[in-house]
Amino acid sequence: MAVELQHVTKRFGSKAVLDDVSFGVPKGSALVILGRSGTGKSVTLRHIVGLVRPDRGSVLVDGADISTMKGRQLTGTRRRIGFLFQNAALFDSISVGENVAFPLRRHTKLSDREIRERARSKLAQVGLEADFNRMPAALSGGMRKRAGLARAIALDPPLLLVDEPSAGLDPITADEIDDLLLSLKEEGTTLIVVTHNMASARKLADRLLVLDSGHIVAEGTLAELQQSTHPLVRAFISSEHEG
Amino acid sequence: MVDEAGRVVGRALGSTGEFSLFGLRAIRDLFRPPYEFRETTRQVFDLGLRSAPLIAVSGVAVGIVLSMHTRASLERFGAESMIPAGLALALVRETGPLTAALLLSGRIGAGIGAELGAMRVTEQIDALEASAVDSFKYLVVTRTVACIIALPILTTLMNFCGMLGGFIAEQASTGMSLRLYFDKSFSLIDVTDYVPATVKTMVFGYIIAVTSSYLGFTTSQGTEGVGRASTRAVVLSSILIIVTNVVLVRIIFFLFPQLG
Repeated sequence: MAVELQHVTKRFGSKAVLDDVSFGVPKGSALVILGRSGTGKSVTLRHIVGLVRPDRGSVLVDGADISTMKGRQLTGTRRRIGFLFQNAALFDSISVGENVAFPLRRHTKLSDREIRERARSKLAQVGLEADFNRMPAALSGGMRKRAGLARAIALDPPLLLVDEPSAGLDPITADEIDDLLLSLKEEGTTLIVVTHNMASARKLADRLLVLDSGHIVAEGTLAELQQSTHPLVRAFISSEHEG
Repeated sequence: MVDEAGRVVGRALGSTGEFSLFGLRAIRDLFRPPYEFRETTRQVFDLGLRSAPLIAVSGVAVGIVLSMHTRASLERFGAESMIPAGLALALVRETGPLTAALLLSGRIGAGIGAELGAMRVTEQIDALEASAVDSFKYLVVTRTVACIIALPILTTLMNFCGMLGGFIAEQASTGMSLRLYFDKSFSLIDVTDYVPATVKTMVFGYIIAVTSSYLGFTTSQGTEGVGRASTRAVVLSSILIIVTNVVLVRIIFFLFPQLG
């Protein structure tokens, strides 16, 4: 398994955001996490990259518990994970190109020219090759999201966590981003994608997982979820047909 | 009411403990690799060099005002010739370091508090961590080193500009030449006047950086929280500088009794 959550519980104050959540994601596969806002989807991704530690349970990445890692071990594991934040979280004091180059400068011994070339190529993959020197504040929400994705894949990580990839994007660009994610999966990248967009989910997912109030209410392939009688799952599946 | 008071005291003690650990971690991580030379250099430029105009202009103004006040006092005793030396001593020993530190707690403290606060609420600090970068070392330690380096340099600039301001006032009053003024200014200043007082500003730099970084790093509640962190950074670092100055002056007098 690339990622495995075992009985993870997380509370913020008195609210249980995740309550005894367990699931696994095989290497090279794509898991799409669905659920209404505030049901713990983003917190789940944050657990996997070690930004949040569980109150109970384990979060295994490549078989090692990231929630107990520190120092170099944690750094080493995070280098193998790409993370696209919901709001892109671009560093606003440096240009878009330097944002993409940032992980390369930190974690590779490539020359400055090679880093810039690689950053340009990653930006080209998300359709922002002309925006290398622009500052993040000058980009639209959708462009920031795409730049964030370029940064997330800069090191070609074997595990990519993506929080709402199509939020704020027009349908054509959203489709292009889905195609990019799909091509990354076909190259062997493990994907965990949080989305509300069922069209994306149908395109990307090997398996889907539906969260509600910190619990998993359904998990399986699209065909299996279509058999579910749970009202929330039904609501998502029907929105697929609308989309 | 008692419960509420207990909660407030508990929160205050908790925050104080957290702040102390934050400050100690900044010292510990100063000596641990990676050393982030590139970012530290950028911060020295950003925090230090860009503060130079503020310090220079303020220094000249402080020098002029101090000179006018000193003249008014010394004239009564017929000791106007002591103005350059007295002014220089006052600037180098106390006025320069303290004024520079308080000005910089406003400029740098507010800047760091707002910048890190904004980075916290927009998830940029999380993005650094997710990129396998130690955000504390990258953001806090680099700014701490930059402030520790910049403060003594800017204080020296403040002292020089203060003396220049004193000269402008003296020149206007008596027509004294620049060379004579600076000869007189440095006639009573010893290395023990300059070094302890200037080294003291390294502590002020540490206070400004750690206080404002802590408040920025722990920002919550969106843009309102960013504004609050920025304001608190200025207020808290100014108070800590003034209080710490009392302790440091006592230590300097203990170590260099000839200054007392």
